Amino acid sequence: MGETKKVEFEYSQIDSERMRLNVGPQHPSTHGVLRLEVELDGEIVTEVIPHIGYLHRCFEKHCEKMTYPQVIPYIDRMDYICAMNNEWPYVMGIEKLMGIEVPEKVEYIRVIFAELNRIANHQIAIATFGLDAGAFTPFLYLFRDREFILSIFEKASGGRLLYNYYWVGGLAADVHKEFKEDVLSIVKQVRETNKEIADLLLYNKIFIERVANVGILPADVAISYGCSGPVARGSGLAFDLRKDAPYSIYDRFDFDVVTGHGEVGTVGDCFDRNIVRFHEMEQSCRIIEQAIEQMPMDGDVREKLPKKIRPPKGEIYTKAENPKGELGFYIVSNGTDKPERIKSRGTSFVNLSVLPEISKGYLFADLIMILGSVDIVLGEVDR
Amino acid sequence: MQAQEIYEKLKAEFGDAIIEFNAEPFFDPFVLVTTDKLFDICLYLRDTQGLEFDYLSCLGGMDYKENLGVVYHLYSIKLKHTFVIKVTVSKENPFVPTVERIWRTADWHEREAYDMMGIQFEGHHNLIRILCPYDWENFPLRKDYVQPDEYHGMKVPY
Repeated sequence: MGETKKVEFEYSQIDSERMRLNVGPQHPSTHGVLRLEVELDGEIVTEVIPHIGYLHRCFEKHCEKMTYPQVIPYIDRMDYICAMNNEWPYVMGIEKLMGIEVPEKVEYIRVIFAELNRIANHQIAIATFGLDAGAFTPFLYLFRDREFILSIFEKASGGRLLYNYYWVGGLAADVHKEFKEDVLSIVKQVRETNKEIADLLLYNKIFIERVANVGILPADVAISYGCSGPVARGSGLAFDLRKDAPYSIYDRFDFDVVTGHGEVGTVGDCFDRNIVRFHEMEQSCRIIEQAIEQMPMDGDVREKLPKKIRPPKGEIYTKAENPKGELGFYIVSNGTDKPERIKSRGTSFVNLSVLPEISKGYLFADLIMILGSVDIVLGEVDR
Repeated sequence: MQAQEIYEKLKAEFGDAIIEFNAEPFFDPFVLVTTDKLFDICLYLRDTQGLEFDYLSCLGGMDYKENLGVVYHLYSIKLKHTFVIKVTVSKENPFVPTVERIWRTADWHEREAYDMMGIQFEGHHNLIRILCPYDWENFPLRKDYVQPDEYHGMKVPY
């Protein structure tokens, strides 16, 4: 018999074969048609390559062929979860170019609807994030509540999801008579449900174990990657355009910018991004209450609608704080009734680009949570 | 800091590389710079105290019919001011240095500008199409773009 050979090795020296795995385009946890090419070492994610463009609808090319008001419905379809917010920076930009002063009442209705839409967006974000983690009940609660908000939008604009409501110089239609009471009852309902959601989902030990210390995004990386909205604020960055570059009448309201501070884990983890959304809903409620109190009920929302929308030759970059972050439109006007070029800075597009950076080194199951915590809408990523 | 002051600072630092300053009404004030100094100017804007443009809001490719251009919208999170830089390049030679090493977000923005306008970003680590399919031909957002009739046997216009 020959002598036995002893092989000495360390576990770390064994290099197992890397596996490439496709997630999507059709996959319930990618929140749309997103394909992620994932490289795995065992269960550890070593590389993520997002492949996007499955929903590309040539938004920017279409804009060049349409008149300014015709673009608004297309903008609704970018981020269809919060279409009210989407329309706002666009109409604001054209109003600035044309020098239109919007009536007081319109400004208040715009703020109230934008904040209601923010609440609706965060409800979906938290609901689907919980769903990714396997929590189904909060999903039903939040979707029930969202329906109340959508019914208000429906009463005002006729559409549940796609409104075409913010027009250049005003609004498409006035709100109904019992508007204030209806909105206040929604605010009350949102607060009640939020209490339940906090107990049921967000401060649930099982959930915290799942999301704390996962997908940590440091603040400097967030800035470098252009992250905005709850993704940036979750990293402790007090970056909110409503405060930093106040537009419309946001300087009249008293509200706080919520930032993550590592309540249960590290600053900038999935939990922080999510809890920022949760507390922002409360801040939105505060803004709505103040706006409802100050809002005049008389006045014509269509009085300043221009007959012809023909901005002077020029260009402007307008931005607004969307639920997901900074939505910007770079509008180039050539003096005719059709834009020369519209470049949209999709919030989700920019926020998604940080995913490969923050998901390396985590388990594959965590990748789904990290993607959920970034809260993207593929309609806006692909435009 | 106002755009005028930023322009004066840049002019003092870079001289001839700053071609033009435009503060006409209806325009966000912008400077037009040369492509060969673009990277240095961007780095200067990010790292100089008092400017600190650490946030690239938007990067967009433009088609000005006779030439192409890139527009950079900068923002400073700390100082809360904005600034716009533009470069123009010819259609035959659309080379612009990449700024992805200054702002990482430029990676995807530049890929989009390449995809849509055909602007070549020199030094970009992975300049491939992002919104269109990887084997798409021509650049859709150019003003003289003609839609293909067919893509892999599928009819395109309908």
